This record gives sequence, C-alpha cells and structure tokens, in this order.
Amino acid sequence: MDKGLSLRGVTISKGGVPLLSVTHDIGPGKVLTVMGPSGVGKSTLLAFITGTLAPDFQAVGEVWLDGHEITHAAPHQRRVGILFQDDLLFPHLSVGANLAFGLQPGGTAAERKAKVEEALDEVGLSGFADRDPATLSGGQKARVALMRMLLSEPCALLLDEPFSRLDAERRSQVREMVFDRARARALPVLMVTHDAEDAQAAGGKIIRLGEANRCAEGP
Amino acid sequence: MHLTRRRFLPVLPVLTLLAMLGPVAAGLWGTLLPAFGHLPAAGLTGPSLDPFRDLFDWGGLPRAVMLSLSTGLLATSISLAIVVLVTAGWSGTRPFRALERLLSPLLSVPHAAAAFGLAFLIAPSGWLSRVISPGLTGWDRPPDILILQDTWGLTMTAGLIVKEVPFLLLITLAALGQADARRSVSIAQALGYGRLTGWLKTVFPRVYAQIRPPVYVVLAYSMSVVDVAVILGPNTPPPLSVQIVKLMSDPDLTMRLEAAAAALVQLGLVIGALIFWRLGEVIVARLGWHCIAKGTRGRFDRVVAQTALLGGGASALVVLLGLVVLVIWSFAGFWGFPDAFPDAFTLRNWMRFGPGTLDALGETALIASIVALAALVLTIGCLEAEYRYGLSFSQRAVWLLYFPLLIPQTAFLPGLQTLMLNAGVDIGRLPVMLAHLVFVLPYVFLSLADPFRAWDTRMGTIATALRASPDGVLWRIRLPMLLRPILTALAVGFAVSVGQYLPTLLIGGGRVATLTTEAVALASGGDRRAIAVYGLMQTGAALVPFALALLVPALVWRNRRELRHG
Repeated sequence: MDKGLSLRGVTISKGGVPLLSVTHDIGPGKVLTVMGPSGVGKSTLLAFITGTLAPDFQAVGEVWLDGHEITHAAPHQRRVGILFQDDLLFPHLSVGANLAFGLQPGGTAAERKAKVEEALDEVGLSGFADRDPATLSGGQKARVALMRMLLSEPCALLLDEPFSRLDAERRSQVREMVFDRARARALPVLMVTHDAEDAQAAGGKIIRLGEANRCAEGP
Repeated sequence: MHLTRRRFLPVLPVLTLLAMLGPVAAGLWGTLLPAFGHLPAAGLTGPSLDPFRDLFDWGGLPRAVMLSLSTGLLATSISLAIVVLVTAGWSGTRPFRALERLLSPLLSVPHAAAAFGLAFLIAPSGWLSRVISPGLTGWDRPPDILILQDTWGLTMTAGLIVKEVPFLLLITLAALGQADARRSVSIAQALGYGRLTGWLKTVFPRVYAQIRPPVYVVLAYSMSVVDVAVILGPNTPPPLSVQIVKLMSDPDLTMRLEAAAAALVQLGLVIGALIFWRLGEVIVARLGWHCIAKGTRGRFDRVVAQTALLGGGASALVVLLGLVVLVIWSFAGFWGFPDAFPDAFTLRNWMRFGPGTLDALGETALIASIVALAALVLTIGCLEAEYRYGLSFSQRAVWLLYFPLLIPQTAFLPGLQTLMLNAGVDIGRLPVMLAHLVFVLPYVFLSLADPFRAWDTRMGTIATALRASPDGVLWRIRLPMLLRPILTALAVGFAVSVGQYLPTLLIGGGRVATLTTEAVALASGGDRRAIAVYGLMQTGAALVPFALALLVPALVWRNRRELRHG
C-alpha cells in the first residue's frame, strides 16, 4: 500500500518488558484508535512515530508514510502532525504568529497573512490574529492548535487524548471538526485515548491495550 | 551546517567543565610547587620545606588559623540557624513573605559594599553611635573602643552573616518547592506539634539534603574571604587569607614561597572544617532522631521563632541601613561627631570621585558582561546538549559545579598567578575574565538549570511536528519562552563578576581596576566620602541588571499573560 501510514511490526518495550505491539495500515482519511487505560504506554507509540521516544524506551519495527520509510528520519522532516490534550499554543506568540509558525515557508508577507486569516475564518475565529493565546477559551485554543497543525501540511495526524480537557459540549464539537478536517485532507489519523466515546466517534478500527491483552494485535 | 552544529554542541559540556575546573587544577598545581620551594622565576628550585619553616616561624600563625576557623564556623552556623528557624517558624506567613521580599534584592549587594555599610554603622564614630550621642551616652567624641577590626574577628563574622542569610534563605526557598513542606507541616500540626518543631522534624531533613552543597560553599567562602576581612577583620595578625594576599603582593618574589605554603595550609583548614562540619551533621542527625522518637511537641516554638525572625530582620536591616549610611556619606558636607546628620548635603563628593568611578565602572561592566554572556552560552549549550542527546550531569556530577566554590580562592589563585608568571603570560583583562568565569559559571548554571529543565518538552514536540529544526525550536520557541530566567541568570552572573575581588587583584596583577578592587583599596585610607561613592557605584552595578531582568520581560511580554509573571 502506497498512501497512508503503516506500522510494521512496531514493538515498544521498557527495560526488556514489551509494552505494546502494533502492525496496522491506516489508509488516507481513515482512523485507527488505540484504546487502553492510562499507564500502558499508549503515548510512547505516538512518540515513536514522531521520533521523540524517550531514551529509556526501546522500539523495533518500521513506520512508513506515503510509501517512504520514516523510522529513522529526523523528527522535523517526518511530516507527521500531532495534537495533545493541552493546546500547547506558544505563549510568546500571538494567535496569528502561532499559525504562521505552522505555515510552510514561501509566499509574500501579504500572502502568508491572507492564509492565516483564511485559516482563522475556517474555524470561526476571524479577526483573532493579534490576540494573546492566553485570552482565548479552551475551545478556541483547541481550534487554533488544530489549524496550526494543518497549516504545516502534515501527511498524517496523531491525536494524544486530544479532547479529554474539553467540557462535554465543546468536546463533540471540536472532535467533529478535527475528524472532518482530517477526512477532507485525506489524512490517516492515529488516535490514542482512554475514552470510549471518543473511540466510537472516530468511527474507525479500534485496538484495545490492557493488562490482559497488551498485544491485542501483533505480528 | 548541521553536521558542524551536531559536533559543536556536545563539545560544550566538556568546554564548560574545562573552564570551571581547569584554572582550579592549574592553580593548585601552581601553589603546590612553590610551597615546596620550587619557583624558577625567582631562581629557586625545590624541593625544600623552607617555605613551611618560614610560615611556622611567623608568630601570628596560630591566631590567623584560629580566626579563619572561628569566622567560618560561626558565620555559617549562625546564618544557617537564622534561615532554618525563620523558615521553620514562619514560612507561608505574611512576615515571612515580607522578609523574603526584603532579602532577595540584598543578595546582589556586593560583600564589600555591605561590609563598608556595616562599618559605617557600628564603628565608634559610626551612625548608631552618633544617633544615640550625646543624648544617651554622653559621648562628645568617638569612644576609644575596638569595634571594627576587633581581635576576635566578631565584626567580620557579623559582616559575613548579614550577607549569607539572604543567600541561604533563597537556596532554602528553592529547595522547599520540592519538599512538599506545607502538607507535612499540616499533618504534624494535626498531631499536635508546634509549627516550628513540626517543620524541623518533618521537612528539615529533606531540605537540608538539598541545601547541603551551598552550605558547604558558605563555610569554605567564609573561612577564606579576603575583601570582607580587609574591611572588617583584625590587622595584627590578620586572618590567614589576608596574610596570603599580603605575601603575594610583596615585591620580593621569594615571599611567594611562604604565600604558597600558607595557601596550602588554608586549603587544609577548609578541608578539615568541611570534614568537621560533616561529622557535626551526623551528630545533629543522631540527636534529631532521638528527639523525634521522644515525640516532644515543641514548647518553646514561639520564643525560638520570634528570636529567629528578629535575627533575620536585623540582618536585613543592617544591610539596608548600611546602604543608607553610604548614601548619606556620599552626599555629606562637613559632618562632625556626634551630629546625627551632616551639616549640609552636597554633590561635591560625587563630582570629585565620580569620574574615577566611571573608569572603574567601564572596566567592571566590560568584564562582567563578557563573562556573564560566556557563562550563559556555555550553560545553555550544556542544558541543550542534555535535552537533545541525553548528555546530562548526573546527580554526583552536580558536586563538580560546586567544586570551584569549595576550593578556597586563596588556595589556587596565587598558584595561578605564579604559573602565569613562570610561563611569562601577560597578566591583564583576558586572564581576569577567565578567572571570573570559574566563579560565575556555577552560579549561572544553578540559576538557569531548573527553569530550563522545567520547560514543557511537548512544546518542542509540537514545534518539531510543525517542521521546525532542533535549532529552530531552541531559538524560536524555547529561548523566547525562557526570557525571564535567562535574563535573571545573566544578572546573577553579572553580579558575581562585579563582586570578585581576589581574582581581579591577583590575576590582574593590580593593573585591572574594577569598582571592587578600587573600593577595597580605599579601606585603609578611611576617606568615608570616597568609600561611600565607590561602594554605592559597586552596589548599583550589581543591582541594575536585576532590575532590568524584571523590567525587560514585563515590557516585552506586556501583551502575553502567561509569560508576564512566569
């Protein structure tokens, strides 16, 4: 398979004890959800894919993205986007500058500014470019964080418990928006969560990790 | 570009260690040789024990040794007791926060300026005596009593205490953050313990384990300090450290042999005192366990806490009043005893000494900014290498940071100067900067390490996912977010460099004139107006960067709520 995100025989262990094993292809616009209680090492899978796995973990296996192996690529050249439960907007940059940080280089200042405005329009935050991110509500921050990531034109999107900090009402709203945008851009999505509702809403295949079946789906 | 960077960054931790430990090791070597009679520059080759024989023939030696020990042990234990008891009895209360706010800026007041302030305050003709005379005392001329430069070094000890209290308090506060003190004390109080006793029995052991290295630094420093000893210490005989400097500045090169021998004795004294202190810790810990097992709830908490607060307040007040007296003297016209204030205030002193201080200020600022910047670059390099490659200082290696501060300056700086003399290296500004770096680096590192490591690394993951390179993450995200702690670390480094006396004097060969060397040189002359002007300039040079470190982030981030107070 060419397009999409493929995990081939990925096993992550700590101190010789295997935490999880995954082999799976995620097609463009498809979602894979990895579920499990906190503490089983779900997030280490995402860290392995982004290339930021802490040195006390060991990993084997390959990660392929759109037909290229990225297992050993430099983290910033992998084109893998990620969203965490916290928005992690850069506090020293305005909302617009946060988006411009994500926007790929190129274009005149005016063109870039227009693209930032357009992204803000898309998520109903027109005119927010000069705001201090600290003055935004939780839902607004989540939307800015999403658009910032999308502007960097990733080829896959990873979600690390992305909605768990939002209240019930905003939660479904933001969740829908994230999955819509990912589908519209034909991005393969890998989500880790402990929340069954998030997993259901994702609508894709679900892998469950836990004490009993840590290796729910292995090679 | 990337390849060279990748090779460059891992080198920085090595370079940092070299900058900190190299001069110390070289200096100790350079002390060892002449101490055993080997000094080619003076045409002498060893080995011989004559230098030690000369030293032991000096009648003042026993007294000098005693002074070194007594000032060190007294100053350290009293300032530690004040800080621990004040924190135990008052942390989290309003008086404590007031004291904390009062003491933090005092940390950056150079030792020499604080010592001059104390001298002008408590001398027989000082401000305190003027304020109560002749009304309370009947004195119409300064009484003939020995307060300054007393034979026992008590005034000198007091001068050290008032400067070490703010240092130890801030160190303790930093350690408290990790000790979960509040909950421990609540539990103890619920079990019927007094606040102070509860704190001592539950929190102190954890806190002391953290502040132990800086406490050792205070001990080593107090035993071997030179500038405070020149200003407040006895003359006949002087403390050992001052005697070493006297011998070193003798035009007769052979006197350096005796100086080197004395430097080794000083080193041995400090090592001995550190071992003694360590044994004291064991004994105190034993007594502490015994006391905990007995379950006493603390009947005297109130009295002890109030006494300690009084001590802390007094030490802050002494430094502050000292600065006030310096200000008064710097503007004083004729001021006869026992008037509480001068007859007239005038700008004449500033006009007269101002231009001289400006030259010294230029030299001071040049050295301090380059040294502080170099220390900052090395520190950020070390911390970033640790983040990127996991090249970290282990817990034990943290002692390496304290090493240059534990070896008495008087033990290795004379050797460094002698080495340079033998090698024919020109003394001057650059070697002075390298010598300052030895003392500035640890403080800059200790000041920046915690905030740098506390930075949320997910910010880095996000920025990397947004396709920013490692350098891009550092320059565009991490450093801007850490602007405030970075500027604070720079200010700390600047203040440490401004306050350096002995490295500037010895390594500069008397040719590098900073505010500190000029001010201390004025001590023997006794011109209070000149001393006041120089002392205030010295204080200003150390304080202004701290003010900027507060002001600049507040301005730059005035529209960024999360960083304004961070």
